[in-house]
Amino acid sequence: MPVVTYLEAIRQALFEEMERDPNVFLMGEDIGVYGGAFKVTEGLYERFGKDRVIDTPISEAAIVGAACGAAMMGLRPVVEMQFIDFISCAFDMLTNFAATSRYRQNIGIPIVVRGPCGGGVRGGPFHSQNVESFFLNTPGLKMVAPATAYDAKGLLKAAIRDDDPVLYFEHKFLYRRIKEDLPHEEYIVPIGKARVARQGSTLSIITYGAMVYTALETAELLAKEGIDIEVIDLRSLLPYDEEAVLTSVAKTNKVILLHEATRTGGYAGELAATIAEKAFEYLDGPIVRVTAPDTPVPYSPPLEDYFLPSVEKLAKAARRLAEY
Amino acid sequence: MVELTKQQYIDLYYYMRLTRSLEERLTILFRQNKVIGGLYRSLGQEATAVGTAYALSKGDILSPLIRDLGAMLVRGALPREIFMQYMAREGGGSRGRDLNIHIADLERGFIGPISHLGDMVSVTAGLALGARLKAKNIVTMVYVGDGATSTGAFHEGVNLIAVLNLPTIIVMEHNGYAFSTPTEQQCAVRDLIEKAKAYGIPGYIVDGNDVVACYEVARQAVDRARQGGGPTMIEAKTFRMLGHAQHDDQRYVPKDLLEYWKTKDPIDNYKRVLEQKDILKSDELDQLDRRIAEYLDEELAIAEASPFPDPASLLEGVYKEPIRNASSHLP
Ligand SMILES: Cc1ncc(C[n+]2csc(CCOP(=O)(O)OP(=O)(O)O)c2C)c(N)n1
Repeated sequence: MPVVTYLEAIRQALFEEMERDPNVFLMGEDIGVYGGAFKVTEGLYERFGKDRVIDTPISEAAIVGAACGAAMMGLRPVVEMQFIDFISCAFDMLTNFAATSRYRQNIGIPIVVRGPCGGGVRGGPFHSQNVESFFLNTPGLKMVAPATAYDAKGLLKAAIRDDDPVLYFEHKFLYRRIKEDLPHEEYIVPIGKARVARQGSTLSIITYGAMVYTALETAELLAKEGIDIEVIDLRSLLPYDEEAVLTSVAKTNKVILLHEATRTGGYAGELAATIAEKAFEYLDGPIVRVTAPDTPVPYSPPLEDYFLPSVEKLAKAARRLAEY
Repeated sequence: MVELTKQQYIDLYYYMRLTRSLEERLTILFRQNKVIGGLYRSLGQEATAVGTAYALSKGDILSPLIRDLGAMLVRGALPREIFMQYMAREGGGSRGRDLNIHIADLERGFIGPISHLGDMVSVTAGLALGARLKAKNIVTMVYVGDGATSTGAFHEGVNLIAVLNLPTIIVMEHNGYAFSTPTEQQCAVRDLIEKAKAYGIPGYIVDGNDVVACYEVARQAVDRARQGGGPTMIEAKTFRMLGHAQHDDQRYVPKDLLEYWKTKDPIDNYKRVLEQKDILKSDELDQLDRRIAEYLDEELAIAEASPFPDPASLLEGVYKEPIRNASSHLP
């Protein structure tokens, strides 16, 4: 089994899906000749040509709008946001057209909008965002956020084959830092299924994206102190695996919700509400959120390091909750 | 046409040289890992930024593009501020919160861009609108690249400027590429200025590597705007001589194109103009260059002495008065 980076896993998924289905095509800025700002699409232009790997003007709204139209004609567009931060320019197309089409006019919009999200790379306020919460309140969209190379590949395939619009958040911090052996055979990771990244009994940390590694590191650290942490990697955010969340809470009776995005109106709030509604009687402590604080993503290293949830902060929260 | 004074001719050289030398320092700092994040150079484009910005007066406000460091310097941004911004220090205008030339000072007359291309067009329109409502006669200027002219924000902004007949100058820097995308893949018009027609705005093409020409065309536009004549679009034809950012070797740019534009280097050519016009002799130019180098040494020393921001300040500045729930979870 060859060792594949998170980034290569995404490229493999694109390559294999384009080989499999002639309806799959790509659009985005600098994705063709240049191979993408992060080189995710490198080699695809050479293999599939300019009609299936389309370099576009800097027009996110038009890219997404055109993807919707092409999807209505039976194609499977996968569009890239050079940084996911620029998805805001296509917000209208996504939330008003793509998300409502099936409901209003019974026409599904099978598009994938993918792009690098997340901080830790000194990108500043406009190249570091996590945008899931902007879209969480929009029925009609799906969202996934893989943490591993295996899931990056399997979830992208699922997203491309899905008949509804899927936002695919790839964490740029993981692109070349995460590597693993991937199976030779074809596989899919279904949307809506979480993964137990680590079994534990003292408390659960429910998270996704790059924060999965922060959670796992914290779990290793605290294992030495007798705190046995279960880590749930959600993988899919909309829909998410409610059963996996509730099962873990019922098992450990204590839960930390962890994400890199900011706190107020963040994804954790949604999870907390569900846990409070459906697993209240299992809880032996408060539902705890560990998130970035409510500021734009700052650029300077000391600020960004303090902004991002760290092992140190998470461990502190976990110790407190374990003692509760 | 206003004739430039000898001092103005020298100023134009000074700001172009300052821009280039400052960026050369930043490149060294980048290699030393002192510049944090990306570094975007304006090599070969200094004349556009400097010449057009030089046409503004006190009270006017511009919003640069990433490659318009020169325009910022003309408006009085100090090299130390730019160094501190690029090195993510406390003393930079954004206190380490934002990067490169993303800093603003309405007094000196600049507001840095955000990354989202095209967004500053309507903001700059609003500056002019606000000034008008306050009965202030100012001119605003906004810079966009060829790439940014494809954004919806650009179109909406320019159209609004036209409809409200605002005193706003839109400078389109046609530098051949937007990241790796050549302009012919960006839009189907050959000259960006053709877009001006669509909005009903007068448009002019200028040699973006000729600093005096850039000044002159901008000066006419600024004068007209100040007299109530409304907006102007300017297309400056220039070329991006280095990659999109430091990491990009721009192998996608044909070598002969770069060779051609090398002969049109704005600073080299302007030096010849200054010598021919007997404004500065070659040894005087060298002297000026040395003074700029010394100045940058001093400015860099000040910048390097600036500390990194204190993490404890993280929450400051999101709102005028901090709101409670923002901090409730910090360690
Ligand atoms: C809305 C938006 N989409 C994508 C980007 C990513 N991006 C940053 S610079 C750039 C190219 C800009 O080209 P141009 O406007 O021609 O300016 P130049 O770099 O040539 O000076 C791109 C695509 C962005 N900043 N904003």
